[in-house]
Amino acid sequence: MRLVYFAWVRERIGRTDEEVDLPAAVVTIADLVSWLRERGEEYAYAFENDGIVRAAMDHVHVGPDTPVGNAREIAFFPPMTGG
Amino acid sequence: MRPTIRIQAEPFDSARETDALVAGRPDIGAVVAFTGFCRDEGGRLSALELEHYSGMAEAELARIVETAAARWPLSGATIIHRFGLIRPGEPIVLVLTASCHRREAFEAADFLMDYLKTRAPFWKREHLVDGTLGPWVEAAAKDEDAAGRWPIGP
Repeated sequence: MRLVYFAWVRERIGRTDEEVDLPAAVVTIADLVSWLRERGEEYAYAFENDGIVRAAMDHVHVGPDTPVGNAREIAFFPPMTGG
Repeated sequence: MRPTIRIQAEPFDSARETDALVAGRPDIGAVVAFTGFCRDEGGRLSALELEHYSGMAEAELARIVETAAARWPLSGATIIHRFGLIRPGEPIVLVLTASCHRREAFEAADFLMDYLKTRAPFWKREHLVDGTLGPWVEAAAKDEDAAGRWPIGP
């Protein structure tokens, strides 16, 4: 599965994207965030406050309870500030 | 209704986009145009840097237009959003809505901007006049409140 990061989430993690193999215990977006937090301090920093970072699965906004299923690409990013 | 949706680095010409929207469409009675510009924030900013999620940005804007078209009888719509380094005084975003009568066009344009600001994957970062990189712009609670005004959402 491909993970992509944007804006200050990308800067805190220190990469734009990566390929990961998720353990079976990762079922939802919230599980994925918990799993990422354990991968290193840069991830813990990016996801330090619950409910701030947003997620999208295959280009569609999703909430923390959404199952990751067979998503090809999951994105994490701050609240949007376009327009 | 087939909307025009573009994400681009280049500036745009609002008048030319309006001409393209109404060309060969004598059924259109109203076009509302909204242009959002980069401000200098009292002389503090040298530019805004716009980052976006390519692929999702186009898809999300298409979904937002689809939601608007389900609610208002639109004859056409155009959304152009720029990315990259944008200087104060330059345009960032264009929303055009076309309909038979003005009310629908006004309301749909207002809705599109409210939803675009809170749902389209773009992020602004400040570049300061002293040459340093400023902070990422924080999402405004008033924008979330504005999007919440509309009873139907995507």
